[in-house]
Amino acid sequence: MVQDNDRQDASGPMIRFQKVKKSFGDVHVLRELDLDVATAERISIIGASGSGKTTLLRILMTLEEPNSGVIYVDGEPLWHKKVNGELVEADEKHLRKMRGKIGMVFQQFNLFPHMKVLRNVTEAPIHVLGTPRDKAEARAKELLDMVGLADKMDNYPSQLSGGQQQRVAIARALAMQPKVMLFDEITAALDPELVGEVLGVMRQLAHETQMTMLIVTHEMGFARDVSHRIVFLHEGQVLEEGPPEKIFTNPDHPRTREFLSRVLEH
Amino acid sequence: MLPPFDLLPTLVRGLRVTIGLTLAASTLALIVAVIAGVARTSKNPLISGIVGFYVELFRGTSVLVQMFWIFFVLPIPPFNISLSPFLAGVIALGLNVGAYGSEVVRGAIQAISRSQIEAGIALNFTPTQRMTRIILPQAMVRILPPFGNLLIELLKSTALVSLITLSDLTFQALTLRQTVGRTTEVFAVLLIMYFLLAYPLTLGVRWVEGRRVWA
Amino acid sequence: MVTFDWEFAWEILPQLLEAMVVTIEATVVGFAFAAVLGLLLALGRRSETWWISRPAGAIVEFVRSTPLLVQLFFLFYVLPRYGVRLPAFVVGVIGLGLHYGSYTSEVYRAGIDAIARGQWEAATALNFSQRHKWTKIILPQAIPPMLPALGNYLVAMFKETPLLAAITVVEMFQRAKIISSLTFRPLEPYTLVGVLFFVLSFPSALLIQRLEARFGTR
Repeated sequence: MVQDNDRQDASGPMIRFQKVKKSFGDVHVLRELDLDVATAERISIIGASGSGKTTLLRILMTLEEPNSGVIYVDGEPLWHKKVNGELVEADEKHLRKMRGKIGMVFQQFNLFPHMKVLRNVTEAPIHVLGTPRDKAEARAKELLDMVGLADKMDNYPSQLSGGQQQRVAIARALAMQPKVMLFDEITAALDPELVGEVLGVMRQLAHETQMTMLIVTHEMGFARDVSHRIVFLHEGQVLEEGPPEKIFTNPDHPRTREFLSRVLEH
Repeated sequence: MLPPFDLLPTLVRGLRVTIGLTLAASTLALIVAVIAGVARTSKNPLISGIVGFYVELFRGTSVLVQMFWIFFVLPIPPFNISLSPFLAGVIALGLNVGAYGSEVVRGAIQAISRSQIEAGIALNFTPTQRMTRIILPQAMVRILPPFGNLLIELLKSTALVSLITLSDLTFQALTLRQTVGRTTEVFAVLLIMYFLLAYPLTLGVRWVEGRRVWA
Repeated sequence: MVTFDWEFAWEILPQLLEAMVVTIEATVVGFAFAAVLGLLLALGRRSETWWISRPAGAIVEFVRSTPLLVQLFFLFYVLPRYGVRLPAFVVGVIGLGLHYGSYTSEVYRAGIDAIARGQWEAATALNFSQRHKWTKIILPQAIPPMLPALGNYLVAMFKETPLLAAITVVEMFQRAKIISSLTFRPLEPYTLVGVLFFVLSFPSALLIQRLEARFGTR
């Protein structure tokens, strides 16, 4: 049990990681990681593979449970529940309440293969949020239009290209109207010629919404264009962070420089 | 009527029993298979253990032995449960095929990748919604062809009830052989009738296998 | 209240074990027949000569679509009318072999189809004879991955040997029936037969699972 020292309020960060530890067996993926993300802030998380980027997102989406530390989302602890001022482990009910604030887009899209595109987008709003079907469908059509796929709503995911599937996955996550969106290497599984269309949708999204976004990516140009802040993760800790101009042109830490020179070479 | 059609009225009486038995036993098998298949993926070791015992017991012994046990052993003390031959047949075939079917269901559920469950969590579905809206519908498509094959096996196994005195198709044929003779004719017609029942099912299974819209 | 009589069970066990020898003999001989017949049927179905491939296909479809019990009755009652008088055990083994041959033929077919096209082309390019291609190139690759599926049918056939009781073969189940009707005690013989089947088939099934894991099929 952990003492809930500093109460979060509405003016506090949207997301706060406090000394979060996570290991898989002997492998320590996150080592007492601290990180704050402000409301409406867009951050890109970069770093070598194994630095803990994906794990950070998966813990936020409640797909992995941290070993220790506390995470706050929108002023409330994510993996804990307050009972008489003490933080105790969250139950399924609390986790479901918190998941309502967060949406995620996966590297492998993870669309439901047995549902047509439109139903992929409406299924959760109707059955989780209780939105009436006609409203949910109207909203889904708007979102599919936004990602340029209004004409594909009666197709099955397997009939779409990878880039199209990923754009549907973005619309599906947006349909839940989360406060925070997590993007986990969403172009990594795509053929090079399909990366552009997905990043295009992302740029548009960055311009038009005030959502808090955490983006894990290897597309450095894109990260530079859309992010307010770049976070460089190294061996499970934030080694360096700052505005894109600073990180990409004049990083403080030699390891950041080394990493960037390796990925920017090609 | 001209031979061999004069045999048909008697055989058709048995055919009705065979079809009724197939429908009743396959309904029982379907229900058992889904419940046992889902229960076996339970994280509770007591539930998965009990279901595992049932499945291995019925898969590990012979269906004819199970049928005789249910029909001849259950009526005596300490059980004192007397079942009609029809009911004994339904229960034996239903539980036996249900055990095989549950393995199909379990395998199909486990074949749904972890990432589909994660997408369900990310969209905030309840655990029950994840099972009924995401996992089972996808599993169903994998389940259909093997279930069709099990239905064919079940249909063929109904012939065994003739050995516990239920007057199904095979039983009527054995009676005809004793009353009118014409052994070759009787059994040839019998084989053809079973073929006409089972082969459309085989074709149906192949049709379903070739028709899945999504990969 | 009557419950399981251990003493009686112990008394009848030797008779059942003796009859089990017949059960195992029927399984082994029947499956050897099925394995060979299945291969012939599978190769027959692949033949480019239609009067070989069509009948082979028809036999497989027909035998798979009709009950083993009825096939056994057919062989048992009809063959003697045409002068073929065989012991019941032989009729039973032929029935088992024929029925399961139609199943194993599908296993062989799938296994042969799984061999990559390049292997056939390589064999042709090296100008091997037809016989050499099959016995040295295709079958040695195709058969090991088939073993788990063949094993499953072996166990399935073992569990269907009680059907031979219907044509008077005194195997394990028929022995239990006889004991039951002579003593009016069905509980012990039928339970013991169930246990004996389980004791043999369950470990075999586990063994096949390990084979499956090893060959990485399904």
